[in-house]
Amino acid sequence: MSNPLPTPNVNGDLARERRIDEIRQHAEEQGRLQVVGKQVIGAPFPKASPEYGYYQIPLLKEPPWTWEIPLYFFVGGAAGAAAVIGAIADYTGGNRELVRHARWIAAAGSVISPALLISDLGRPERFLAMLRVFKPQSAMSVGVWTLVGFSTGAAAAAFAGYLRDRYGASLPLRVLENAGQAASLAFGLPFSNYTGVLIGATAIPVWNRNAQSLPLHFGASGLGAAVGILELLGHRKNRALQALGLGAAIFETLEGALIESRGHRHLDPLKRGPSGWITRTGGALGGPVPTALRIASIFATENRSQSLRRWAAWSAVVGSLLTRIGWIHAGHVSARDWKLPLAIGTERE
Amino acid sequence: MSVTAFLTDSTLCIGCKACEVACKEWNGVDEDGLEWSGFSYDNTGAVGASTWRHVKFVEQPPAPGLGGNAGESASWTFSSDVCKHCEEAGCLEACPTGSIVRTEFGGVFIQPDVCNGCGYCVTSCPFGVVERNQKDGRAFKCTFCYDRQKVGLVPACAKACPTESIKFGEIEDLREKARSRLAELRRRGIEDATIYDPSDTSVRGTHAMFIVRGDPRTYNLPPSPEAPTKYLKKAWASSAVAAGLLLAGTLAAFISDGRRNGR
Repeated sequence: MSNPLPTPNVNGDLARERRIDEIRQHAEEQGRLQVVGKQVIGAPFPKASPEYGYYQIPLLKEPPWTWEIPLYFFVGGAAGAAAVIGAIADYTGGNRELVRHARWIAAAGSVISPALLISDLGRPERFLAMLRVFKPQSAMSVGVWTLVGFSTGAAAAAFAGYLRDRYGASLPLRVLENAGQAASLAFGLPFSNYTGVLIGATAIPVWNRNAQSLPLHFGASGLGAAVGILELLGHRKNRALQALGLGAAIFETLEGALIESRGHRHLDPLKRGPSGWITRTGGALGGPVPTALRIASIFATENRSQSLRRWAAWSAVVGSLLTRIGWIHAGHVSARDWKLPLAIGTERE
Repeated sequence: MSVTAFLTDSTLCIGCKACEVACKEWNGVDEDGLEWSGFSYDNTGAVGASTWRHVKFVEQPPAPGLGGNAGESASWTFSSDVCKHCEEAGCLEACPTGSIVRTEFGGVFIQPDVCNGCGYCVTSCPFGVVERNQKDGRAFKCTFCYDRQKVGLVPACAKACPTESIKFGEIEDLREKARSRLAELRRRGIEDATIYDPSDTSVRGTHAMFIVRGDPRTYNLPPSPEAPTKYLKKAWASSAVAAGLLLAGTLAAFISDGRRNGR
């Protein structure tokens, strides 16, 4: 019964040929290729052409980041802005409780941020690999050193402040506290918005098209979130916070209007599909909603005003988080758009 | 030690995938694409963490004469894709660990023992070449057979190529070869042959040139790839403005609030 001739290659080839026919037949019947699981123009005899690219296979790879990264963008933005608020409030003789709370937000961010990054990288020692060089041309390298400077400063300021409150002032504590606060201010300023540079300077079309506006956008979003968290901690009568929250919300409103008014195809992921709805919801909650609530709170009675500001705070915080999630999600959608890097169908302005 | 390059001539490629196999064998790259993608005889669709050479099967409806097939068969052209080893490499600039380096041969090399898997190079490659490995999360791509070049050997793919579709050599020699090959093809009536080596964009040329027929976009070769470092200036300027506004705004808010409170 057995065949004495060694013919596995031929049989194998035949089986594989049959498999291709099967895939094509399936594609003809179902209108989609089962292996890659998507519909292609011209299936089962897909055309490769300038019009269709290479079988509409996306050129770019999607960002490989996990859920920690948008959360890190949110935490870092809020913590950076909180450190700035805390330091300036301290220097201008602001409310002590506000200074203390702002410092604790910054300190919490200084611990959560590296934790999120390490969790994304998978192993703690991998974080250290980023500390062996400093590369000004890499936004991530600049960012990680900013994070290190910020975290050290913010944690030192909060820790020294805590010891001083508990055990009384002493010279070393004051030095540590002041130096930490100065560092958290200096590093907090870029830390609150550098994530906009990080994703702006990439090959992902929707991100690099907005390289110029992203840092401002993320900076305003972070400020809105920091103000919101401070208000939720009870600082709902502070007029400086109200002014900052209003400024951030108005800026975010303008940013949203700017995105909506531009019709370029590269911006579609910010407006269409799930990523579009997340970005739009985030934009509304971070911009127009808190703007309206804050303006209303200026003219409202004392109790009513505080309640309006609490709602504005919640809106800004949730909006900031959704904005980061939406932008990252939009990056994925943009990378999957096979037409963009091939400059196909991008003429619509 | 000279600056080297690949010249992949798709008009000579027969789609045998010997380059893919040789690459996997030499570099110990994981298996993938054992199932057909359904796009002609392409298995993997693109280069990636476990596909450092990738043969593209550009299949078109029967057109007698094109691709040398019988009139009733599909018309084929093939092209072996690979990391472009850009002159201004997005991945190299973006890498925050210094894992990605430029070798003495001009190639772009990821040192696997330094890579921390941050994935920033993946988002920074305008050709979608670099990819994170699913097993340990580190980034992988064509090494330009750095180890082989070090000891004077030709990269595995070029060595295995039976038709010399993949040529390897000194970069200026290859540029000259590409030009004379193009002239030769034109002379033989193949008018649509072109050289793909984007040197007029921020990528500033590559160490992996291609000769293809027709529009390079058919081969998923982007018409104007840009190294993301191009956007850095704009983005950092925006960041500086944002930081300035934050500082000025916070100062103004707290100082005016302090005044109102009579401090």
